[in-house]
Amino acid sequence: MLDKIQMQLLSEVADLHGVPEGAYNIRANGEKAARNTTANIDIITKEDKSGIDIKIKPGTKNESVHIPVVLSKSGIKETVYNDFYIGDDCDVIIVAGCGIDNCGTQDSQHDGVHRFFVGKNSKIKYVEKHYGGGDGTGKRILNPVTEVYQEENSYVEMEMVQIKGVDSTVRTTKAELAAGATMIVRERLMTHGEQSATSVYEVQLNGEGSSTDVISRSVAKDNSEQIFEAAIIGNTKCSGHAECDAIIMDNAHVVAVPKLDAKNVDAALIHEAAIGKIAGDQLIKLMSLGLTEAEAEEQIIGGFLR
Amino acid sequence: MLELKDIVYQVEENNAAKSIIDHLDLTIGDGKFIVITGPNGGGKSTLAKTIMGINHITSGQILFDGEDITEKNITERAKMGISFAFQQPVHFKGIKVIDLLRLATGNKTLSVAKACEYLSKVGLCAKDYINREVNSSLSGGELKRIEIATVLARGTKFSIFDEPEAGIDIWSFQSLIQVFENIRETINGTVLIISHQERILNIADEIVVIENGKVKEHGPKGEILPTLLGTAAAVNAACSKLIK
Repeated sequence: MLDKIQMQLLSEVADLHGVPEGAYNIRANGEKAARNTTANIDIITKEDKSGIDIKIKPGTKNESVHIPVVLSKSGIKETVYNDFYIGDDCDVIIVAGCGIDNCGTQDSQHDGVHRFFVGKNSKIKYVEKHYGGGDGTGKRILNPVTEVYQEENSYVEMEMVQIKGVDSTVRTTKAELAAGATMIVRERLMTHGEQSATSVYEVQLNGEGSSTDVISRSVAKDNSEQIFEAAIIGNTKCSGHAECDAIIMDNAHVVAVPKLDAKNVDAALIHEAAIGKIAGDQLIKLMSLGLTEAEAEEQIIGGFLR
Repeated sequence: MLELKDIVYQVEENNAAKSIIDHLDLTIGDGKFIVITGPNGGGKSTLAKTIMGINHITSGQILFDGEDITEKNITERAKMGISFAFQQPVHFKGIKVIDLLRLATGNKTLSVAKACEYLSKVGLCAKDYINREVNSSLSGGELKRIEIATVLARGTKFSIFDEPEAGIDIWSFQSLIQVFENIRETINGTVLIISHQERILNIADEIVVIENGKVKEHGPKGEILPTLLGTAAAVNAACSKLIK
C-alpha cells in the first residue's frame, strides 16, 4: 500500500508506525490510500470537490481520527477540503499532518482547507504536523487554512508543529467562539535555510465568557523569515491572550504583529511578544556542565520548541 | 591544585581600563573547603568566573593540577573537572529539572530515582520538582537549590559556589546551609564558596579575603575568622554608639 518513504513521512507527521487504531483516512500522492470508519465516526468522500467530510456522532468519547497526507512524488499540487462535523458532548482527538518528500526539481504543494464545526460541550484536541524531506531542488509548499466554529461551552486545543524541511508556508487560522467556548492554540515552528513561514490567526470571541490563548514559540535560523500575526477580537465579555516568543539566529528575519480589538468594556485582551537571540547565560550554564556551544544551543532550542 | 598567577582582569570604563582583579596570586590545595569573602565590588565573583573561564583574564596564568588552562574555554574546563553554581540561576523555557540533571551528570538515561537523590540533598522534595521547567514558575530559593544540585550531580574535583545565600529568604537559608555543612559527604573534591555568611565561614578550612581585586588575607579559618568578626564587632559597636 504505502512505500518506505511514505511510511517514514507518516511517522514524522502522525507518529504512526503502521495502520492507526480507530477512524483514519490516509491520502498519498493525491489519492486515497486507506480508510477506516467506526460506529461513531464516518468518513465520506466529497463529490463536488477534492476532500472528505468527517462526521462524528454526538456523545462520541475517547476516539481518534487520523487524516495524514503524504506526498512523495515531485510536482504534485493539490488543494483538499476537509470538513469536520463534531456532534455535541464529544471528546475526540484528531490528528492531521502533511509530509512532503521531494527529490525532484518540481515544486510539491499541498493546501489543506480544514473546517471544524464543534458541537456544544464537545472537547477536541487537534494535532497538525508538517514535515518536508528529500534532497531535490523542487520546493515543499504547505498552505493550510483552518476555520473553527465553536458552539457553547466547547473546548478546542490545537497543536500546530512545523519543525523541518518545509520551504514555504502560509498558515491561516480563523475561529469563532460562542458563549463559554475556549480555544487554545500552541504553535511550534522552526525555519532554516531560505524558508519562509507566515502564521495568521484571527479569533472572534462572540459569546459571553468565551476565551482563547494563542501561544507561538519559534526558532528562525539562517536566512529564513517568519511572520506571526495574531488578532483577537473581543465582541463581548471574554478573555484573550496571545503570545509570540521567538529565538532569532544568524541572518533570520522575524516579524510579530499583535492585534487586539475590544468592542466591549468587559473584553480582557492581552498580547505578549518577545524576539531575541539565545541568552548568553543559558549557553554559559550548559557549557559549564560540559556541553560544547553547539550542543548547548541544540538543548536550548530543543527545550524551547518542546 | 589550582594556581592563579599574577591574574589581571580589566574592563573598560569611561574609555579607561579599570582593573577588577589586580595582579592577584592565589593557590588552592586539593580537597580543601575554601570560603572567599570580602567587601562588595572587591572582585570575588569576577575571580570565580575567571576560574570557570566565563571571564577571560587580561593577563596572568591559571594552572589546574599543573596544567595551564588560561586559554581553555568553559567546556574544556568543565570537562577537566571544574563546576560552577551561578549566583543568579539561569532560566530555561522548556528544559525540565530532570533534563538539567541529566546534562549535568552526562548520563542521558539517569534514572528519576537517582536524580531525586540529588534534589533531596539540597532539601527539595524531589517528586514535586523533577518534571518542572527550570523557569520563573519556581521561586528564587528553589532555583538556587536546583542550581546547587546540578553542581553536586557533576561531582567534579573542583566546585565553585557563587554566593549560595544571595537572593533567598532567611528560612530557606537555614536549611540550605546544612547542605554546605554536609558537603564533605557529597563532594570529594575541592569546594570554593563565595560567601558573607558567618555560618559558612565557620565551616571553612581556609578563608580568603579579597579586596580591591587583591588577596588581602589568606589563611586557616582559625586565624582569619576572628579578625573578620572583630571587624564586624567593631562596626556594630561604632553604629550602636551613633544610635545612642
